Order: sequence, then C-alpha cells, then structure tokens
Amino acid sequence: MEKTEQTPSGNVHTLSLLVENKSGVLQRIAGLFGRRGYNIESLAVGPTERPEYSRMTIVVRLEAKPVDQVVRQVQKLVPVIEVKELKPEDLIERELLLVKIKTPEQNHAELRAIADTYEAQIVDVSPDALMIEAAGTAAKLDALEERLVKYGIQELCRSGRIALERGFKTLAPPSLK
Amino acid sequence: MAKEKMTAAQAVVRALELEGVDYIFGIPGGTILPIYDAMFSSKKLKHVLVRHEQVGAHAAEGYAHATGKVGVCFGTSGPGATNLVTGIADAYMDSVPLVAITANVATSLIGTDGFQEADITGITMPITKHNWLVTHPEDVPRVLKEAFYVARTGRPGPVLVDIPKDVLNMNVDFEYPDEVHIPGYLHEPKEKPRLGDAAQLIRSSTRPIIYLGGGVRTSNGFPEVFEFCELVGAPVVTTVHGKGAFPETHDHCLGMFGMHGARYANYAVQNADLIIALGARFDDRVTGKLSTFAPEAKVVHLDVDPAEISKLVTATVPLVGDLKVLLPQLGAEVKRIFQEKGRPDLAPWWKKVNDWRAKYPLRFKQEGEKYILPQTAVDRIWRKCEGRAIVTTGVGEHQMWAAQFWKVSAPRQFITSGGLGTMGFCLPAAIGIQCARPDALVVGIDGDGSFQMTLQDLATAVDLKLPIKIFILNNLFLGMVRQWQELFYDGRFSETPLSDLPDLVKLAEAYHCLGLRARTLEELDGVIDQALAHRDGPCIVDIRVKRQEKVFPMVPAGAPLHDMIGGD
Repeated sequence: MEKTEQTPSGNVHTLSLLVENKSGVLQRIAGLFGRRGYNIESLAVGPTERPEYSRMTIVVRLEAKPVDQVVRQVQKLVPVIEVKELKPEDLIERELLLVKIKTPEQNHAELRAIADTYEAQIVDVSPDALMIEAAGTAAKLDALEERLVKYGIQELCRSGRIALERGFKTLAPPSLK
Repeated sequence: MAKEKMTAAQAVVRALELEGVDYIFGIPGGTILPIYDAMFSSKKLKHVLVRHEQVGAHAAEGYAHATGKVGVCFGTSGPGATNLVTGIADAYMDSVPLVAITANVATSLIGTDGFQEADITGITMPITKHNWLVTHPEDVPRVLKEAFYVARTGRPGPVLVDIPKDVLNMNVDFEYPDEVHIPGYLHEPKEKPRLGDAAQLIRSSTRPIIYLGGGVRTSNGFPEVFEFCELVGAPVVTTVHGKGAFPETHDHCLGMFGMHGARYANYAVQNADLIIALGARFDDRVTGKLSTFAPEAKVVHLDVDPAEISKLVTATVPLVGDLKVLLPQLGAEVKRIFQEKGRPDLAPWWKKVNDWRAKYPLRFKQEGEKYILPQTAVDRIWRKCEGRAIVTTGVGEHQMWAAQFWKVSAPRQFITSGGLGTMGFCLPAAIGIQCARPDALVVGIDGDGSFQMTLQDLATAVDLKLPIKIFILNNLFLGMVRQWQELFYDGRFSETPLSDLPDLVKLAEAYHCLGLRARTLEELDGVIDQALAHRDGPCIVDIRVKRQEKVFPMVPAGAPLHDMIGGD
C-alpha cells in the first residue's frame, strides 16, 4: 500500500556521486548546492567498495533550473570523480527509518500488526514506549509515518535516501574500474 | 630526479622555482616566516613586497593577465589570508590563473581560535577552483604540482594552498612529480562537438554576429579567432574582457556591447539571427533582461567550461572544448560548407549594421564645454600612446569610458576587473603588469574613489621604480553610483560626493614620485606628454574632469538590451 510521492513545488531528482574520501569534500558539495540555490531534500554519504572513495546520494529539488546544470556544476568540483542523475525508472532506492512511539502497552499488538504490514521491526520495547525500524522507499516510509501519527510519534529519524542504478552499469569511469 | 632532504618550506620554494615562477607578490608575517626564510637564498624568485595582501593578489592577476602565466601571491595566516580574499574572488570571476600560498597556525592550534587563525580553505572554497590544507610535509611537492596544474588548465582560475607553520618546518624527501593524476579533474566531454551542425547554422544565417569573451584570452586563441572572424565575415562584438581578442580598429569590430556598449553594437546583437559565442558566459551586464535578449537568435556556444553551456542562454549547438583546438576545426567545417554551397549573402545585414553605426556613433562633445570631459582625457591619452600601451583600470565610470574609447588592437592590452568589479584594481594590476613586462608602456586609467582603495601601494611601485602612469579621472564623486542616483534615485546623492582629498600631487611627492595635475583643456596635452616621458618611477596624474558627466549609452539594470538611455 504505497502512496505516490507529493511534490510541493519544483522537480525532485536523485543524484549519485562518487567522490574522494577526504576531509572537506562534504562541505564543498553542500556549499555548492547552497550558493547556487539547489535545495537538498536529503543527502546520504558512506563508504564504497573502495576505501579511497565515498558515494553520496543527493535528492535535490529544483524550482526552475535544469538538472543538467546541477550535474555540470557538481562535476566541476575537483574531488567529485563522477556524478549522474538516476532516473526514477532506472534506480533502486532505500531509506532507513527509526521511530519512537509513546503509547500504553495495550496498543503494542496493534502496532506490531502495522509494523508487519510494512515489513518493519520492533527494535526496542519499554512499558510505555516502543521503537520501530523500517526500510524501503521514501514513499513507503511516508505511508508508515502517516499510519503511526495517531499513536503519538515522540522522535523520528530518517537516514536520507541511498540509491544505485539497476543493471550492470556503474558510476566509476573506465580508468577506475 | 633524486630525492633531496629539505624542510617543507624549502620544498615550497623549490617547487615554485621548478614551476618557472619569477615574481611573487606578498608580505611576510608570523606563520609564513619559514617560507620567507627559505626564499631568502633563492636566486630565481623575485619577491615584490606589497603593503597589503589584496594588492599582492591583484598584482599577481595583472601579471597573469599580461603574460598568460600563473600569478603567485603569498599571505600569512589570519588577516594576511583574509586580505587575499577579494583578489582571489576577482580572479575566480575573471578566470585568471592564480596560486595563493598561505601559512596557517600550527596543526596543534588549528580549531582552537589560535592567534591569527582563520579557516582560509573554508573561506575560499566558493571562490577557488580548488584549495588544499596540507597537513603532511611529504604532500607539499605533489600539492603544489597539482595547484599550478589546476590553476592553468581547463577554465583557468585561482587555487589556494594553506600550510600550517609546524608542517613548514618539518623535513621532507623532496621529489617533484612529473605528472599530475587527479581522477575527478577535467573530464572528456561525453559527446563529440557537433561541428557540422554549427557550420550549417553559420551557413544558413543571414544576420550572424560573433560575440567574443575573456575565454579568447584564457585559451590564447587570438590568431585562431582572427582567422575565424575573417572567414565568417560577421560583425564582431566583445565583452570588456574580449577587448583585444579581435582588433577594435578592424572594420568588422563593433566594440563592446552590453550595459555601456554602443547603440549599434547592441542593436546588432538584438537583431541577429545567429550568435556565435566564443569563450563568453552571457553575463547580465551584456545580456540585459534575459527574456528579451536577442529574441530571434540561434546560439552556437563554444566554451571550455561545460557548466557555462545553457546556464543563462540555451545553446542551439554547444561546443565544449579548448577554443584554440576547436575553433580551427569549426573553421574548416565552415570553409567546406561555404565551398560546397556558397557563402551566405551578408551584404543586407552589413548595410543595416553600418546604418546604425552611422546614425548612432559612440561619441562625446567637448566643444563648448568649460571642463575637461573624461572621454576627452581617455581619447587624448590613447592617441598619445599610439596603441602601444597596456592599459589597466579601476572600476566605475572611468573604466567604462576607457572601455568605450580606448581602442585595443592587440591581445592582453586591456586589463580590468570585469566579473567582480573590484574598485582599487588599477594600481595593483599596473604593478603586476609592469613587473611582467618591464619594457612595456603601462598606463592606468583610474577614478578618484577607486584609486583611494589601494593607494598605499604607491610605495611598492616607487620601491621598484616602476614607470607606471596612473591617470586619475577625478570628479570628486563615487561617479558610477552617483550616476545611478541621478538617473534612478531622483538625484538624491546619498554618500557619493567625495571631499577633495588627498591632494594627489602632494601625495605623489610624499611617496617620492612624480605628481601632475591638469585642470583645464589647455593643460591636458602637456601633462600627458610629461607623464609619458617620465621613466624614473611611477607618475600620478590628477585630471580634474567635468563632475556631472555620465556614461552613455546605458541600459538600465534589468531592461532589454536595445532599451538604452543616451547615445542617440
């Protein structure tokens, strides 16, 4: 039961970046987005199959500018090895959610049922609270969040999206393969 | 090359020598002492002691602009580094290759708000192509090799290398790399340039215009541009940084267009059916209101920076690559298609353009004026220099009068601050240019407001006995702002009148250089002759001009390019 994503304004694009794993690289990229007026919806960064590179998945919302312009500006940064827009139909995306719900014990069974529906897990239980962990597309997590609102969300944390392109293609240029 | 033991500071000096650096512009301070000490025994490096780091950065820009080589400047930590920021930002906007080297506080103090600590790599991230904080001495040779490479290749620009003082004092086995390997730098374009399509557009255009920007200078593609312009035979317009990319004395050249371009140049652009943009970036000062810019024109846009393509004006055919390589290839395609299908008939277009040129010439009228017009001063200095001077300017009205009336016929002869518009650029740039070109006649056209922003470095010019001539078109106003106040703020001259200070002749005297003044038209020629004849150190000329004179024509900010005030 996944709902479609709502876009308040502008267009949302998912960018995948392979970058040098060095200090200051995140600052350079975030700074570029800030000063050129590209709104970051989410940004996730972590290690890759090679220790000298990190991969960033940036979801960007653009009001008027074409995404090509963003890609070209990002590509100019020296520590950015490669950057590519992943089209919705070509990508697998995942996000992780942790949510803490303050609720009396009698509701726990109901919450377990909801969690099961979303392939989520209860990862912590105390007499008047529990924590749910869920993974999936952003749309799925949005739907789960909506279901949980009435039980009283105390704290919520989402990882931001990570994504990879389907099929055999990789982001690394031939020189690095 | 055999490895040699030395300190990281000595490694910096050795790397600069190996990069072929001759001049460095800087001023020492506490943390950069190890580099200055190492430099003390260098026989190859000449250090110019400036009185403010901003001047060092602008002088390095002037040096780079005049030669096409990389300019180098030094700054100590904290204020020394932050004083460089304006110059670095200026170089970034105008694509000037620059290596700024700063020292920082010792590694143990970084992040503690130590004395004279500033996060200069953080501060300069948005205004450099790249920067480095070097925390290991063995990285110094590689980083400097990369720094010079990044500064001069692709679209040139400034880089900064920051080295903490303790690192400078550590030992390193020096070995200078032969090659640079930066995996994320300079990507091959993903598509082949569609030269055939571009040539086709040129063949089928009946109202083409060639638009030259600063990219002609950064690519050093002057002969290639000349040959291409002759081949196509279209009218040529330039940006302020395109001045000299094609001789302004050539009949095909309509000079600068944009906010203060000639009416005929702007009309030609607005009525074109094809714009061939070579190394230019469609800045707001040349396009006017973007949605009304050249409404019928298709666009062939050649640029080395892929991010400039379709940033502001959509390119019908983008050509990404080095102008010096790509333009002759385009020329060959055009020649082929001209031979095959004949040349387009541009005669009706030229008639139109020449009619505009005859009807709306760029002119000024000195007759009947009591005071010297600033345009007269520029024109007379230009005539007396007979095309052999390298001219540099500050920023403001005087800069635009120089851009309008100083006709440049050779490359690298008009050096100015375009993108950032930095007042105070003239004197520092003149210092850098004269160092780079000791035998050249270096002339500055400055304003009274602009000159006062960096005048302390007259001392530097006197120290070096540089025979630069700075002509100050003195209207006792922050003139360009005053012009906007008169035209758009009902003449409410808020904080633009300047007092008659300092006495520029006495100031020159205080700095032991020649100071001259012209108050009347009768005095003007004699004073210019005297200044140009003076070879023993700098000369400052105070030219009192008509205070209310404005730069026309003018496209108000945000107005369509053909919607000009004045000049009709």
